[in-house]
Amino acid sequence: MAADMGAFGFHSPSSSLFFSCFVLEVCCFKRPGSYGSTLRYKSVERMKPIGKHSLLGASGEISDFQEILRYLDELILYDNMWDDGNSLGPKEVHNYLTRVMYNRRNKFNPLWNSLVLGGVKKGQKYLGTVSMIGVNFEDNHVATGFGNHLARPILRQEWHENLSFEDGVRLLEKCMRVLLYRDRSAVNKLQIAKITEVGVTISQPYSLKTYWEFSAFENPAQGAIGSW
Amino acid sequence: MDLEMNLNAPHSMGTTIIGVTYNGGVVLGADSRTSTGMYVANRASDKITQLTDNVYVCRSGSAADSQIVSDYVRYFLHQHTIQLGQSATSKVAANLIRLLSYNNKTMLETGLIVGGWDKYEGGKIYAIPLGGTLIEQPFAIGGSGSSYLYGFFDQAWKEGMTKDEAEQLVVKAVSLAIARDGASGGVVRTVIINSEGVARNFYPGDKLQLWHEELEPQNSLLDLLNSS
Repeated sequence: MAADMGAFGFHSPSSSLFFSCFVLEVCCFKRPGSYGSTLRYKSVERMKPIGKHSLLGASGEISDFQEILRYLDELILYDNMWDDGNSLGPKEVHNYLTRVMYNRRNKFNPLWNSLVLGGVKKGQKYLGTVSMIGVNFEDNHVATGFGNHLARPILRQEWHENLSFEDGVRLLEKCMRVLLYRDRSAVNKLQIAKITEVGVTISQPYSLKTYWEFSAFENPAQGAIGSW
Repeated sequence: MDLEMNLNAPHSMGTTIIGVTYNGGVVLGADSRTSTGMYVANRASDKITQLTDNVYVCRSGSAADSQIVSDYVRYFLHQHTIQLGQSATSKVAANLIRLLSYNNKTMLETGLIVGGWDKYEGGKIYAIPLGGTLIEQPFAIGGSGSSYLYGFFDQAWKEGMTKDEAEQLVVKAVSLAIARDGASGGVVRTVIINSEGVARNFYPGDKLQLWHEELEPQNSLLDLLNSS
């Protein structure tokens, strides 16, 4: 990845989390656009509503994500032009994205993103993910980047089918706080999106409180001078 | 690629370290993040290490290399103090660091800032960057986060500051570097050394000033939604 830095613009190798609650989907994104180890752009939009029923989130190369949004714009436009009362749901959009990502991978010119796609159509919730090499699957909770290692174990323990929206938000924030402590590319600014039958709402950006007041943190090298 | 965390990468203190002289002594400052690849192995490390009662060193670069160099120098200085019959000077401590860094330059990867107070020269700061150069300066910055501070110090540094001005400058600088360097983070630690002794301070991440595009931390999105 480091070797490619020269050819690419900016990157947000940061995490995102999605999971489904009782009748809706909740998802969460941190907002940095990093450039190597520099936290260059701290207010990049990495989540976008797609059509009437879905929400797409991405980590990885921002320029590639913007290109994907253009493809999806065209897809939704053509779908609307049929004017047949039908509209592409999350399952269909996810399938389209899988094809795009996999075909680019086959040409050895991938779109350098990890995508998460969630939505609700006709009361049915859907949550799927596609990687830059075309690996795709659905699950009750998905994540990108470090979220896979740090957040999903928490979600495996604490996610359940009948989560309310409030509990969902609290669970997401719990995971995001861990990522904020332990992921080098994380920044304290996130948005939470809610997808229901009615549509998609994305919250304003906000920051989480962090805790540093453990007594062990104050003078850690006291018992062993020269250690960390 | 996205999923490679490289948890076996050597522990590196990406770091921001600073040493500043003032009218009567020195102030040393550092962040508290130690990373293993992209994972934050320790979010509250202590990078300002004691060498003698009156001389401390700020460590950056490889955690292992900086620890072993400081351990050797502490050991030599202890013997030197016994033989000399009085406290070692900061110049001697800096030179010992230099000897180890220079003579092992092909193997070591550590940048150090030595700061101390002695009765002959008062407060002094010595920078010993990667090749083993020794340079005495009125202030020194080091570590990956220092890249973001060169312009800041060009503008903000003044000769003959008071103790409080110097400490505030250091805390502000480390906080600015933390905002932009992914490899720096956590709390800001400072150590003030003067004729009266040594004082350690601790500034948790959530108590620092907010910079551009940083938002006031909240307990939860739910609080924001309920209040609006």
